[in-house]
Amino acid sequence: MAEPRIIIVGAGPAGTRAAEACVAAGLRPTVIDEGRRDGGQIYRRQPDHFTRPYGKLYGTEAGRAQAVHGAFDAIKGRIDYRPETLVWNIADRHVWTANGAAQEALPFDALLLCTGATDRLMPVKGWHFAGAYSLGGSQVALKSQAVSIGHRVIFMGSGPLLYLVASQYVEAGAQVAAVLDTSPFSARVKAMPDLMAVPSVLWNGVKLTRALKRAGVLVHHGVTPLEIIGDADTGVSGIRYRDGGGKERQIACDAVAMGYHLRPETQLADLARCAFAFDVGTRQWLPERDGDGRASVAGVYLAGDGAKILGARSAEASGKLAALAALTDLGLPVDKGAMASLRGAVATYAKFARGLAKAFPWPVDQAAALPDDAILCRCEGVTAGDLRSVMRETGAKEANRAKAFSRVGMGRCQGRYCGLAAAELIAAEAGIPVEQVGRLRGQAPVKPLTIAIGDEE
Amino acid sequence: MSRFVRLGETDRPPVTLHVDGQPVAALEGDTLMVALLANGGTLRQSEFGPEKRAGFCLMGACQDCWVWTEKGDRLRACSTLAAPGQRILTSQPGASWPNHG
Repeated sequence: MAEPRIIIVGAGPAGTRAAEACVAAGLRPTVIDEGRRDGGQIYRRQPDHFTRPYGKLYGTEAGRAQAVHGAFDAIKGRIDYRPETLVWNIADRHVWTANGAAQEALPFDALLLCTGATDRLMPVKGWHFAGAYSLGGSQVALKSQAVSIGHRVIFMGSGPLLYLVASQYVEAGAQVAAVLDTSPFSARVKAMPDLMAVPSVLWNGVKLTRALKRAGVLVHHGVTPLEIIGDADTGVSGIRYRDGGGKERQIACDAVAMGYHLRPETQLADLARCAFAFDVGTRQWLPERDGDGRASVAGVYLAGDGAKILGARSAEASGKLAALAALTDLGLPVDKGAMASLRGAVATYAKFARGLAKAFPWPVDQAAALPDDAILCRCEGVTAGDLRSVMRETGAKEANRAKAFSRVGMGRCQGRYCGLAAAELIAAEAGIPVEQVGRLRGQAPVKPLTIAIGDEE
Repeated sequence: MSRFVRLGETDRPPVTLHVDGQPVAALEGDTLMVALLANGGTLRQSEFGPEKRAGFCLMGACQDCWVWTEKGDRLRACSTLAAPGQRILTSQPGASWPNHG
């Protein structure tokens, strides 16, 4: 029998561990990654000429980052590694790739999607001004380029990453004006039983919050963001918000990093025709998979934060587990004991992730409360009012229909940053549960291609 | 005024590129985005509103940081490294957008 063709999309923690398991089985998988270097977003490697050590770059996760990088370095010569390559479509059991102007269609027997995540965003009036960045983006600036996104930065949103990045900024010498968390502190207390599933990560979080307070950073819980104040030419100049006690406040800044946990990049699973189901805990539509990562489509496997946000540690386990499931399905011998212990690890991280979702809830009410003049779609400047009037005029209550009429979700980012909030706004406006609004369908190409690709054909 | 603030790693070799015809001093390993925003406040004019933009996600997902080569090739400023002699344009050569701002 010819060697099975295994394609892994993504070279973050899940993709790296999946590839490592394939190599250990004597196979040579193809690993396709958009990044210039392996590591993914969370363990992103800095470019040449940068010299900061692991401890400085990755803090408490330095050991894990180094281990994942080391694992990738060790297999690099034994895989077909394709960096800086976009998978833009999956059709007819082929993966369509683009690298610059070159494109290819690669057939597969097993496809492991380890596509990672992007920030989940809740729009706020003024978030289109220069100087408003995604929280993950603000971390990339520091980790990959040793820059701060501004001279005076406010971190606003919710979730553990908010505190992590704010403290990394403080430690690197940036000026952090405030951390504004939309979740009330009481939510954290209620989530404690689930958070105790992984005490070391919980403890890291407690230490980060203390370090921020020690550094004199203003930390407010239970806030309601009202507006990013700014100017069309010069960008962000401050934030207006209501504090937990209902008092309106304003703080000056020239940069805002905003994020509310993450959302998985599921477009490729969609194009591979995987079935999706609504996840009540995160209020997101996620591709279905069995406990080992098998999608509803034979030969397709899902792992890491690209399938569901469970964190980098879980991604390592689920990446390896999905690879072992694929090897099993290909009729290769696998270590059943290893699979059992990986399942246990994934279950523990899932409990912790449930705790995080409870502790730092997605503030759905803010979508409904967006004023009509607030921009909802940053790409094309479509306002909340535009979407509401489209709904009134056309009766559209379904995500793709509302998109077709309003263009919300049709711009350059293809709904990555407005789609979830738009669904909440539609649900609130129509008085229906958000799952009835449905989800934006993934479209090929999943990211804009250069026109030159068409010329090559 | 610059938007981004360098917090270290500043002893890398210098690189000079040209942005809209003007020389811009950067460091080897800088992305185009960092090269531009360490020297100025914004990257480009929005096609759909009156405001200027400076990128958003920095990980190749939002497409808010497009710039162009003089040949007309589109680049993502967040994921393209600055290189000596590069000539970058912050508006698409030959294009005109119905800016409703």
